[in-house]
Amino acid sequence: MIQTKSKNILFYILMFLLALIMIFPFVWMLSTSFKFDSQVFTTPIEWIPNPVNLNNYVKVWTEEPFFTYYKNTIFVAVGATIGQVIISAMAAYAFSALEFRGRNLLFSLYLATMMVPWHTIMIPQYKIISQMGLTDSHYALILGQLASAFGIFLLRQFFMSVPRELMEAARIDGASELRIFSQIMLPLAKPAISTLVIFSFVQVWNDYTAPLIYLNSKEKYTIQLGLTFFQSEHTMQYTVIMAGTVCALIPILIIYMLFEKHITNGMVHSGLKG
Amino acid sequence: MITKRRKKELTGWLFVMPSLIVFTLFMFLPIILGFWYSLTDYTGLSDQYNFVGLSNYVKLFQDRYFKVSIKNNLIYAGLYSVLTMLLALVLATLLNGLKRFRKIFRMAFFMPYISSMVAVAIIWKMIFNPNGGPLNTVLLNIGIANPPKWLASTDWALIAIVIVSVWKSCGYYMLIFLAGLQNIPETLYESAALDGAGKIARYFKITLPMITPTIFLNLVLVTINSFQVFDLVNVMTKGGPGMSTNVLSFRIYYEGFKNSSMGYASAIAYFLFAVILIITGFQFLIEKRWVNYD
Repeated sequence: MIQTKSKNILFYILMFLLALIMIFPFVWMLSTSFKFDSQVFTTPIEWIPNPVNLNNYVKVWTEEPFFTYYKNTIFVAVGATIGQVIISAMAAYAFSALEFRGRNLLFSLYLATMMVPWHTIMIPQYKIISQMGLTDSHYALILGQLASAFGIFLLRQFFMSVPRELMEAARIDGASELRIFSQIMLPLAKPAISTLVIFSFVQVWNDYTAPLIYLNSKEKYTIQLGLTFFQSEHTMQYTVIMAGTVCALIPILIIYMLFEKHITNGMVHSGLKG
Repeated sequence: MITKRRKKELTGWLFVMPSLIVFTLFMFLPIILGFWYSLTDYTGLSDQYNFVGLSNYVKLFQDRYFKVSIKNNLIYAGLYSVLTMLLALVLATLLNGLKRFRKIFRMAFFMPYISSMVAVAIIWKMIFNPNGGPLNTVLLNIGIANPPKWLASTDWALIAIVIVSVWKSCGYYMLIFLAGLQNIPETLYESAALDGAGKIARYFKITLPMITPTIFLNLVLVTINSFQVFDLVNVMTKGGPGMSTNVLSFRIYYEGFKNSSMGYASAIAYFLFAVILIITGFQFLIEKRWVNYD
């Protein structure tokens, strides 16, 4: 008895150490962001800064246009998310509840695009969007996010689980497909849609390569691009860079803590998002 | 007059129309256009270009930078895939054995995955700082006299990228493993325990065979991702020092957007696509030999 108990405690200690290693970089980031330059590389590591320096955050928000970065990113994220949800939901409804020729072929073609690495279509996609006159524009970033096989797949899975009788009954009552879609299916799909919303938001917020190739002017930068620019401007000022990094990470970490269940469930059930 | 059948067809197509437009413009068309560019000397600067046949593909194998990027990418892919799979499986197994605090530990392990590549790249760049960075401080403290110079060293930079990638993404694969582990019926273990099988024997005789479908899914995903490492490289090393962290997706970006040879970059992009297709195809081909779906 006593042996199993001490074994258990050892097990929890092991887990705790592992978790500590996993979050060590975040702790280091947070701690460094409150330091003065002289406190950064000390031996032993000074985990709780003494004295505390809040000036780094002041610098991030006054000397750098982080407000603009936030605003830009939120604009792109909201636009891309709304577009993705509407387009995916409509397609998912067609693929699960409507019958038309070529349906399965089209669905397979959509799914097949998930095999195509983004870097393979990056150049031609850039060319097409430039042809539309949208370089250095947030709309380029929004458009690039709209073709989401993941979103269609996720919502289709959900619509498939809705009992067919529900739709049939509505059809007999004379409801149009648009009505069934918007007034029965969409409200039912709230959990799946919120998963998609969170995913899409996180993805746009964290995206780096697309802003890197599409945006030229600094006032258009999104948060990740702004952060790399910020880093290259303050190469040696570790404390300020870490304060900037905290600001870029915090919104996502908050979203994650709030919607942990949606995120993990969505990941597992789709098994597709890399 | 529109018949009922025609109307049904029409409704279906109306609902897929928005997605069809965006998929055509931003997926299908680029896939075709990209292949066409790879057969031209397109620079990306002017709209004038010529058809050059397969010469971009021939050039690939004379290009020193490209050859190094394949070698680096294969080393990266091998190390990253194996280490990520192992660590994810270990973490999932440990988590699955927990009775309490499971959610908190799961959150901690998953946190790197949800964070942006850029942010973690910047943090780790400082952690790897060879002069006084926290990693080498720890290594010195535990008695390693000459810790590696990490991102400043041609021998260690790629390893450093692997470390960050594994740390960043193992939480995701762990979640999928965890779902697989939780699907194993408890009764299987009970009967094995009655037969006197020990914990380790049970793990290898029951647990692992039961989750082969999950292992397969993760293996496919992890290899696909291992050929798409870009953000980390571009933020942490820009392919250097020397050519030591020069990988395929970095070459595509560099040739296309920095070197103004979009035709040639497209050839690399298609080579990358082919590599991923071949490896994934091979994995599906030998799937039946070791994955059991009963």
